Amino acid sequence: MLCASGRLLAARTATSLPAPPRGRGPALRCPRRELHFPGNPDPPSWDCLAGRLTRASASPHRRVILRRGRMPPAVGRGLAGSELRLRRSRCGPRAAGRDVAIQAAARSPKRPAPGSWRFEVAGRRAMLALVTLLSFATRFHRLDQPRHICWDETHFGKMGSYYINRTFFFDVHPPLGKVSSVMLIGLAGYLSGYDGTFLFQKPGDKYEHHSYMGMRGFCAFLGSWLVPFAFLIVLDLSNSLPAALLTAALLTFDTGCLTLSQYILLDPILMFFIMAAMLSMVKYRSCANRPFSAPWWSWLSLTGISLACALGVKFVGLFIILQVGLNTIADLWHLFGDLSLSLVTVGKHLMARVLCLIILPLVLYMAIFAVHIMVLNKSGPGDGFFSSAFQARLSGNNLHNASIPEHLAYGSVITVKNLRMAIGYLHSHRHLYPEGIGARQQQVTTYLHKDYNNLWIIKKHNTNSDPLDPSFPVEFVRHGDIIRLEHKETSRNLHSHYHEAPLTRKHYQVTGYGTNGTGDSNDFWRIEVVNRKFGNRIKVLRSRIRLIHLVTGCVLGSSGKVLPKWGWEQLEVTCTPYLKQTLNSIWNVEDHINPKLPNISLDVLQPSFPEILLESHMVMIRGNNGLKPKDNDFTSKPWHWPINYQGLRFSGANDTDFRVYLLGNPVVWWLNLVSIALYLLLGSIIVVAMQRGAQLPTKVEGLTRVLLQGGGQVLLGWMLHYFPFFLMGRILYFHHYFPAMLFSSMLTGILWDTLLRLCAWGPASSSLARAVHAVGILSLLLGAAYSFYLFHPLAYGMVGPLAQDPRSPMAGLRWLESWEF
Amino acid sequence: MRCQSACAVLGFLNFTQGGLRSLLFYKMLEVLKRPVVVTTNINLNIVALTGVGLLSRLWHLSYPRAVVFDEVYYGQYISFYMNRVFFLDDSGPPFGHMLLALGGYLGGFDGNFLWNRIGAEYTSNVPVWALRLLPALAGALSVPMAYQIVVELRFSHCTAMGAALLLLIENALVTQSRLMLLESPLIFFNLLAVLSYLKFFNCQKHRPFSLPWWFWLMLTGVACACAVGIKYMGIFTYLLVLGVAAVHAWHLIGDQTLSNVLVLYHLLARAVALLVTPVTLYLLFFYIHLTLLCRSGPHDQIMSSAFQASLEGGLARITQGQPLEVAFGSQVTLRNIFGKPLPCWLHSHQNTYPIIYENGRGSSHQQQVTCYPFKDVNNWWVVKDPGRHQLVVSNPPRPVRHGDVVQLVHGMTTRFLNTHDVAAPLSSHAQEVSCYVDYNISVPAQNLWRLDIVNRQSDRDTWKTILSAVRFVHLNTSAVLKLSGAHLPDWGFRQLEVVGEKLSRGHHESMAWNVEEHRYGTSQEQRDRELELHAPTQVDVSRNLSFMARFSELQWRMLTLRGEDAEHKYSSTPLEWVTLDTSIAYWLHPRTSAQIHLVGNIVIWASASLATATYVLLFLWYLLRRRRDVHDLPEDVWLHWVLAGTLCTGGWALNYLPFFLMEKTLFLYHYLPALAFQLLLLPLVLQHVYDHLCRSRVQRHLFSTLVVAWYSVACHVSNKLRPLTYGDSSLTPGELLALRWRDSWDILIRKS
Repeated sequence: MLCASGRLLAARTATSLPAPPRGRGPALRCPRRELHFPGNPDPPSWDCLAGRLTRASASPHRRVILRRGRMPPAVGRGLAGSELRLRRSRCGPRAAGRDVAIQAAARSPKRPAPGSWRFEVAGRRAMLALVTLLSFATRFHRLDQPRHICWDETHFGKMGSYYINRTFFFDVHPPLGKVSSVMLIGLAGYLSGYDGTFLFQKPGDKYEHHSYMGMRGFCAFLGSWLVPFAFLIVLDLSNSLPAALLTAALLTFDTGCLTLSQYILLDPILMFFIMAAMLSMVKYRSCANRPFSAPWWSWLSLTGISLACALGVKFVGLFIILQVGLNTIADLWHLFGDLSLSLVTVGKHLMARVLCLIILPLVLYMAIFAVHIMVLNKSGPGDGFFSSAFQARLSGNNLHNASIPEHLAYGSVITVKNLRMAIGYLHSHRHLYPEGIGARQQQVTTYLHKDYNNLWIIKKHNTNSDPLDPSFPVEFVRHGDIIRLEHKETSRNLHSHYHEAPLTRKHYQVTGYGTNGTGDSNDFWRIEVVNRKFGNRIKVLRSRIRLIHLVTGCVLGSSGKVLPKWGWEQLEVTCTPYLKQTLNSIWNVEDHINPKLPNISLDVLQPSFPEILLESHMVMIRGNNGLKPKDNDFTSKPWHWPINYQGLRFSGANDTDFRVYLLGNPVVWWLNLVSIALYLLLGSIIVVAMQRGAQLPTKVEGLTRVLLQGGGQVLLGWMLHYFPFFLMGRILYFHHYFPAMLFSSMLTGILWDTLLRLCAWGPASSSLARAVHAVGILSLLLGAAYSFYLFHPLAYGMVGPLAQDPRSPMAGLRWLESWEF
Repeated sequence: MRCQSACAVLGFLNFTQGGLRSLLFYKMLEVLKRPVVVTTNINLNIVALTGVGLLSRLWHLSYPRAVVFDEVYYGQYISFYMNRVFFLDDSGPPFGHMLLALGGYLGGFDGNFLWNRIGAEYTSNVPVWALRLLPALAGALSVPMAYQIVVELRFSHCTAMGAALLLLIENALVTQSRLMLLESPLIFFNLLAVLSYLKFFNCQKHRPFSLPWWFWLMLTGVACACAVGIKYMGIFTYLLVLGVAAVHAWHLIGDQTLSNVLVLYHLLARAVALLVTPVTLYLLFFYIHLTLLCRSGPHDQIMSSAFQASLEGGLARITQGQPLEVAFGSQVTLRNIFGKPLPCWLHSHQNTYPIIYENGRGSSHQQQVTCYPFKDVNNWWVVKDPGRHQLVVSNPPRPVRHGDVVQLVHGMTTRFLNTHDVAAPLSSHAQEVSCYVDYNISVPAQNLWRLDIVNRQSDRDTWKTILSAVRFVHLNTSAVLKLSGAHLPDWGFRQLEVVGEKLSRGHHESMAWNVEEHRYGTSQEQRDRELELHAPTQVDVSRNLSFMARFSELQWRMLTLRGEDAEHKYSSTPLEWVTLDTSIAYWLHPRTSAQIHLVGNIVIWASASLATATYVLLFLWYLLRRRRDVHDLPEDVWLHWVLAGTLCTGGWALNYLPFFLMEKTLFLYHYLPALAFQLLLLPLVLQHVYDHLCRSRVQRHLFSTLVVAWYSVACHVSNKLRPLTYGDSSLTPGELLALRWRDSWDILIRKS
């Protein structure tokens, strides 16, 4: 017991302020609490300017006293002790409520009788049930409306269909593999009897007889859990039921969250996992005084699992990982500084976190991915984005189970693929470069899809005889040979010359030139294998080759830029005079047809799982970076979001349509905005006051701790989910803000509850204080509910005249001109 | 230890000389009694370091008398300054350019030189020496400054000498300082900011609010502003200094021996010096810049009409004295405010849209409306009142106000600007805009536009030339006239497409237009009007933009100007810098193989990186041990060690790591500011190892010997690379090949 209490104390200090360990002369060593930084090693003595400021020798004492004042030991030793004892059993599901109740009782203005905790717990459970019920009710109300595709449903519904049909696809839209979620959507659809035949072509298409409610219901189900999760998080961080209720009300009555949860989208799933991760992290941190107990382990591993899932849904999951990571580092740092813990114990803590927060999520993530790869084993529209080896494992692809000659020989018909992902095959067609763009010769581009125009014949540079003539012996192409590439369809040679390339002005133009294979010396290319010796044969698929133009010395490459209309929006091929080795100028031979050579099986090519993993991620990241906004278009900017500047049209635009408009409830959002400013102000005042050594009464001190620690936690969440968007170059949408909005609502809950308590604490008697607090919270709750009543048509859909029209149900509610409803 | 004392003896020689000391009133009398005695300490180390620094940087400074590498880029701006012609350079704020131009001004440069290619011989009117002097001085003075920084960090004089000598012999720094380039002034101000902050910080303990305290504090702010003013990169050092100052201020707040008022004074002083001063200075740079550059020049087009009108010549000559308020009957040209991809004017011409486009869609076959990037008589439009038939201005002129409905008549063809529910040629989601041609096929004219002044003060604002940004909202379809940014194909003469945007999601600048040229129309007959349109507008009043408006526009354009992503033969990636896997050929003698090559001293680079890694590892080790209550270092040593590390490693990291996130073309010389910080760290780590890690005498002796040997090797390497640094001696191909220590160095070797 003795040992245990020591540990308890340690854990306690780790979570709050690092106090000096007992029994080692704590007061005098007194490690300074601030961030350690050079300078000010000694307290300054001001003898030169103002003699009266010369410091008294009693200062160490004073500091100790102040420290005590902050740590409440004098009055609170007993109290802290009891708190500790209670805290210990806190993780246990049975006793959880009791402890919370007593803590809350200690904080609440009037301390109720000790027996009333039972009542409190019951009240909390009832509230939780009520909140959950309300959340489900609002989310499932009119879920089947509208009966057509809304906005991005076209995207994710389509992917769900792909899963059901097991067709491989490439999705540019998601960054890290929304694999799990789309899979979930697909699964939900599958279970609910959706057969994957609906085309999901464009928003507005009617579902007709196709069963879509399973998929929508699944998303709404997950979206409904956000509210109880937020409730529990705030309850745990602030130990205050009103704060939790306020948060839950803000989220329930936010039209934006509601709208986003009702459709077949990734966002409800993503937000579900983000909140789940946050909740389990908060829970496991509140178990910190009982490390390695069963609840501790389960919450820790739940955190890891939720993180993996969040990342599996969208790139944005990285931010919650970052938050958990920062928390874990801080946690470990405290544990490490706790001298009562042996290094072995600290090591155990470290290993537990590595296991649950790194290894477990990784394994899970890869498992999700493996399922994705296994399910999608049929060739589909996304093949061309991937490398040759990757394609070989898709059934239906021409590389699947294929066998082709291994070494390149003269006369072979080949396709040449760029090694950089999502560039494609070297391509040419009968169209010429337009007037004014280099020489008016045949275009050469790269093309992502398989096409007979991708075929080239490899020939010797000096003879035009047909090498496939059986009388000639087979001659292999070797590293360093001078060759000519003849386009099979048009019989023109791959050619380059000193004209500037159409888009990249510093490169040379590449064209198709000559008739029936007769051109000039500008058609000669030296073929080189990267990192090989001269004279070696060139292997199909595996050799990384470069083509060097003999006359100008430039290297064949693709700039990756999209040609205008005249080039059919294929990618530009150039000859770059800069000899740096980049993937843009490295190619491999993919198809290879030569009847004179024996075929070998390509099974050797099967990429290993890590390679597949790496490649799909690279392609996704590239695809994501490719989503750049155009110059002359209006795009949503991150600074628009918190002020609710403009929403998104989910469905319909005209007064005859069924219109759904994704827009936050302005009352809730603007309250959130004010709260953030207020929080920053209040927080900095408190922090400065504490740094100046101000002595706060115990009650206020408890409140400020909630404000700084609980509030700080969610503020960090808000910042991590919001600010990175300012750095992103890709095209952004309003709905990207919603994860941050969840955190900001939690902050609002904590802030207003604490603020009202602080206000009430000051002058008033206890009954008045409670009244002020209750009235404040109640008016906020009612305000949120009433504004929801006003704005609910945004989410549930509206028909009839637009808001400018006085006859419209939304008349007078268009508070900003930029709202379009 | 012996070494230290030797340095100290060498270093401090006292001199007594006549000079200055401020004296108070009652001491005046004593002055009469006693001779004026002023004691000055001159640290001969510093004098010597300054001397060799100057020698290394200024030696044969005007050689080569030819344009070397980026001089070709900065040189043109010097010429613009000399001719006082306005330019826009997005590479950095103007202070750096002005410094270079100051050199030209002092040398009497008249700006007449064509900076067109690297290697071009300078003509006799170019004062090469004066132009290169300021960067060279900055480079030379960095050497003694490094010494002082290390001393202020409370490390030994010997260590300080080591740091300064490293900076002295580093080839890349020498090369970069000897040319008209901005890196060496940047490094100079970076180091100055750090040095003056340290001086200030060391004053803080004993004499806050004294004269030197104020001086160094203000100097910190000034140096930071200069660093930012030279290149945006300087902001990293500014952030470093700000961060350190913030942490120190935080400690000050926690110091309860100070009264609240005193703490407030301290904070205010810091805020004034480190926040207000730099911002003011930054604005001052732009003020001088804009005052100097008062003539119109080649980059005018990028700026708004109002800005152009504030420059001498150019647009100002045309727009001077135009009537301010647009009236019904006014003749105007309309410029798109967004101006991307090209600045252009609303334009129309006789040609019509093709009946069928290439992709099979049809058009209205009416007259084309485009946006044209050149001045042309076809850019003129007449603002017509739909209720009247006249195309002239009534007397008195009736101004057009926000919300009025107007028709726009194309001046040369007298057709009405029109849009209708036909897909635009390229942006098929938007409406086609045409000049209406009546084909009698039941397509009615829809040519009424409501005027929407975006930057209006009140709802009855009038439409003002140049100043008003207006949108034209189509009355029938509520589409907005917009520049789509796409280039039309050949049938549209590659002019820019103009569309009616129906699904307008909020306001975008590409929908706003402003009147640039304007006059009141006086001729009702088409023939007269054509003559009138061909004549230039001429009247006389000048319109001035406030400095802040000009500054914010210029700054915004500089930050958002997106040049073509220029690939460069010598560009490199940040990873290649640390290992020195890249180099830049700066200049090659036209006949011999003498050449200047930016390449670092590979021994120094490698050991500096090693020292950084050592520092980080040691720091983490100590930190973890301290957390477990094991104190390896005495408290004050530890604090100095942390401060030194924060400034040097932090300076390196802040000046280096952000480049990984940048998408622009990067070069080896971008690494030099980070390198300067790294060079400061290297001797500190060496001294730390000597003092605290070498336990016995033998080990210390051994370590000292190793350090001396290592430094000799560094000197040797530096000397080997000297011909590439100064470019003064021609080497044989064999010797050049021998210098090519890495395959990736592109040392130029002449054949034959």
